[in-house]
Amino acid sequence: MAVSPGECLGLVGASGSGKSTLMRMIWGNYLAASGSIMVGDVDVAKAAPREIIALRRGTLGYVSQFLRVVPRVPTVDVVAEPLLTLGVPVAEARGRAMALLAQLNIPERLWSLSPTTFSGGEQQRVNIARGFVHPYPALLLDEPTASLDAVNREVVLSLIEGAKARGAAIIGIFHDEQARARLCDRLVDVTQFTPKAVQ
Amino acid sequence: MDTSIWAKMKTQPLLSVRDLSKFYGGRIGCADVNFDLFPGEVLGIVGESGSGKSTLLSCLAGHLAPDRGEVIFATTEGPRDTVLMAEAARRRLARTDWAYVHQNPRDGLRMGVSAGGNVGERLMAVGARHYGQIREAAVDWLGRVEIAADRVDDRPNAFSGGMQQRLQIARNLVTGPRLVFMDEPTGGLDVSVQARLLDLLRGLVREMGLSAIIVTHDLAVVRLLADRLMVMKGGYVVEQGLTDQVLDDPQHEYTQLLVSSVLQV
Ligand SMILES: Nc1ncnc2c1ncn2[C@@H]1O[C@H](COP(=O)(O)OP(=O)(O)OP(=O)(O)O)[C@@H](O)[C@H]1O
Ligand SMILES: Nc1ncnc2c1ncn2[C@@H]1O[C@H](COP(=O)(O)OP(=O)(O)OP(=O)(O)O)[C@@H](O)[C@H]1O
Ligand SMILES: [Mg+2]
Ligand SMILES: [Mg+2]
Repeated sequence: MAVSPGECLGLVGASGSGKSTLMRMIWGNYLAASGSIMVGDVDVAKAAPREIIALRRGTLGYVSQFLRVVPRVPTVDVVAEPLLTLGVPVAEARGRAMALLAQLNIPERLWSLSPTTFSGGEQQRVNIARGFVHPYPALLLDEPTASLDAVNREVVLSLIEGAKARGAAIIGIFHDEQARARLCDRLVDVTQFTPKAVQ
Repeated sequence: MDTSIWAKMKTQPLLSVRDLSKFYGGRIGCADVNFDLFPGEVLGIVGESGSGKSTLLSCLAGHLAPDRGEVIFATTEGPRDTVLMAEAARRRLARTDWAYVHQNPRDGLRMGVSAGGNVGERLMAVGARHYGQIREAAVDWLGRVEIAADRVDDRPNAFSGGMQQRLQIARNLVTGPRLVFMDEPTGGLDVSVQARLLDLLRGLVREMGLSAIIVTHDLAVVRLLADRLMVMKGGYVVEQGLTDQVLDDPQHEYTQLLVSSVLQV
């Protein structure tokens, strides 16, 4: 399969068919036993760790289903970190993080606290802010709207539409059928890739 | 973006380790270790007790002489094998380019000297002479590791374990090393102090373009801190790769056991 700039491809298939697995392979988190996964000119299936690290830093964004952070780090710094890693000055990075947190309706009084004690929906929005704070040319989204209320779901959908409009190539897993219909240009059923012994 | 420290990552390795082995009589300390470390990278080393982690770290830092192999460090004059280097030259590198954070802060601090003195001493060892500037740098670094300025004249004995560990880190980083070796830097610290220390280390790696090799038992620590991970067993490296890949999709039987034997991190 292939995804072009500005295109959103949805992965579908029954629970356990391998959607998240495929996404994690593209992210370099699960090792590909064979084949190739080209992101730009890097083959993730064969790349050295530091090539994958570089890819994740500037090119490939990933919003996983659950947030994983260093305890005690304030939310605003959690969101700003990807920018700091790219060499963006601290004030600018925090400014962009705060704008995004505000857009995602995270109350300002929470910004200076660690997200580890936040509600599920709040954590998910922090995770989304982290994934959208830098304009990655390619994005992987695993259930980005799963535990959000209608208002915040709408904010996230428009963020994703914005990313498409600026030319990001997106692969997403959406159980939410309306979200899928609104965002996805194409669907790929991963069941066709599921090993027969597993099916 | 090319001015960022990450641009350097494309260049030459900072450290190249080739076929490194160390034996204690007939017993294996570590054997046939190979890896490259690039500027700005953090490498984690995990493995059970006695697997050779400290032995390997000591060989890399020049504290132990390996029996075989090369440890090639990118000195300012080009790549040099530190194993073959004269003792004096290696000592100089240890002062200027490397830092070593011991598991027990007592091994890395001078307990009879004030906190400020512990940090200032290292600057003097690399040639700083101006008292005012040395004190200023010491206070600045103590601040970075969150030790208040009014504790500068206290001795490490008066500090808690976590503070001693932070002081040790300040003492080691004040000279702006390029490579830091850490043996269980967060062992024995309570969880909230650990978290602060981790955040501090991540910030330093990002701001100073530091490279680090960190030995730890704690898979949660390596996940948050290390870009790459090396798994040791019986003195040998059994698996190495991207940290989250090794932890989430371990290929070697022993790593699978190691990962499954702890609570999900
Ligand atoms: N780390 C792992 N180790 C072993 N098996 C795994 C691992 N991760 C996933 N699997 C297995 O691979 C298969 C595909 O799982 P995957 O998480 O990709 O499914 P999915 O399509 O995302 O399902 P869902 O819609 O429920 O999220 C499942 O049988 C799962 O148990
Ligand atoms: N000075 C020494 N003389 C003899 N054997 C030694 C010496 N130092 C270490 N060893 C042995 O070498 C092996 C590796 O030891 P090492 O200290 O490197 O382990 P480690 O992985 O750091 O363990 P831990 O996690 O317990 O610190 C062990 O079997 C140990 O007993
Ligand atoms: Mg899934
Ligand atoms: Mg040890």
